[in-house]
Amino acid sequence: MIDWQPLLLTFKLALTTTFLLILISIPLSYWLAHTKSRIKPLLETLISMPLVLPPTVLGFYMLVVFGPSTTLGAWLNDYLGLRLIFSFKGLVIASIIYSLPFMVHPIQAGFANLPTTLTEASYVLGKSKITTIFNVLLPNIKPSILTGIVLAFAHTIGEFGVVLMIGGNIPGKTKVASIAIYDEVEALNYVAANWYSLILFIITFSILLLVYLINGGYLKKFWK
Amino acid sequence: MIQIALQKELTAANGVMHLDIDIHIQQGTLTTLYGNSGAGKTSILRMIAGLLQPDEGQIIINKKTWFDTKKGICLTPQQRKIGLVFQDYALFPNMTVKENLLYALEKGQDREIISQLMQIIELKDLQHQKPNKLSGGQKQRIALARALVRKPEILMLDEPLSALDIKMRAKLQDYILKVHQQFNLTTLLISHDIAEVIKMSDTVLNIKHGKIIQQGKPIDVFTTKQVSGKFQFSGEIVEIKKEDIIYIVTVLIGSNFVKVVAEETEVQTMKIGDKVIVASKAFNPLLQKIK
Repeated sequence: MIDWQPLLLTFKLALTTTFLLILISIPLSYWLAHTKSRIKPLLETLISMPLVLPPTVLGFYMLVVFGPSTTLGAWLNDYLGLRLIFSFKGLVIASIIYSLPFMVHPIQAGFANLPTTLTEASYVLGKSKITTIFNVLLPNIKPSILTGIVLAFAHTIGEFGVVLMIGGNIPGKTKVASIAIYDEVEALNYVAANWYSLILFIITFSILLLVYLINGGYLKKFWK
Repeated sequence: MIQIALQKELTAANGVMHLDIDIHIQQGTLTTLYGNSGAGKTSILRMIAGLLQPDEGQIIINKKTWFDTKKGICLTPQQRKIGLVFQDYALFPNMTVKENLLYALEKGQDREIISQLMQIIELKDLQHQKPNKLSGGQKQRIALARALVRKPEILMLDEPLSALDIKMRAKLQDYILKVHQQFNLTTLLISHDIAEVIKMSDTVLNIKHGKIIQQGKPIDVFTTKQVSGKFQFSGEIVEIKKEDIIYIVTVLIGSNFVKVVAEETEVQTMKIGDKVIVASKAFNPLLQKIK
């Protein structure tokens, strides 16, 4: 049979990345949806870059910037004990950048589409900004948040270029399923490659199907 | 006593408009802001609520200063005790009717007010429903009840009834009057329905291009001095038809159509959509009770 470690590592990476992305994306999306700042277009462009850029470009620059031979890389290594090249932590950071647009875009659209009178009504009722965000705004953009979570999760599972560049191919540390498939094919081990591929296919298919079912309201009748 | 003096440059659809108003309102009265859309009525409410910053002016509500450019005072919307009913109701879709009201409670405030309000506004049966499933009139009542939970010093309604049919409108006007009296509220209402203004308000401010052009009792403001008839209704022209040498003008008064004969010289000054008064003083109208 196949080695399960790459699959487990893939899901560990996807879960960690998604969790951290939620914490980053909600405040970031709120800010983007409401700001009139001049740097907004610049920031939006940077966030969207991973959508069009080959993942290897991102991986290459991270490799250059965080490598132990650069000042930043050496500083991170010496003072914080953070080694971002060929390590799981590095993979997480690369994945966060790589999947950021998939989480930020739906949540930002969700915030922007809410009528401003909801926020104003809450303020007039004496409620603070924080109370308003948690009790009024976030509960009303649940479908957008769910879409963001799932897209970011599924997209992280599907990573290849970035992971290969910055993570290398270290079993148990940075060898995720997508790389394992490549490895097995190179070794002409098509059976194992097929197993990895099939499992990834089924899992991502199920996750996406579930989101469309939930957001389309098809499952409502079962849990009401 | 409520004193409001506001000045602000507003960018309207047809260029810049300078809003400049000075209002004094007696405690416990119902005042209507009347005027065409774009006259600045909603902006006035938003400035009182603290959602829009005036360029200059002051807002003093019952001796408390909410806003004063000279003294540099500007309370946040949260600090002003206001009940505001939005044109689109702005009910929170994620909460049930009751939760919408509970959300408005202040820390430590007695929950009694919620059931009291639900009783008055007859919402008991709907309390566990989500707002999206309710009709316009029901949503309006919830929005009204929610605005009253904090016991506001001033209740403001932004065209609360414009989206409702005539029957529902009359019912809701009664609800608003009921709570206005029962809670001894000072109420500011935006409306451009003359019949509504006459029925509801103690005072009307006629606003045009950001200025108050007339104020006083509604009946005085809306009737011109030449007419002193005993019998008069205001309505809107829906049709002007020529018949032989005379014209038949159809006027919509409330939900009734009235056909009035007019001469060519009169008709020349009128067009469909004009607000008119149908009056007669040459005879005594008879009143007869209908079922």
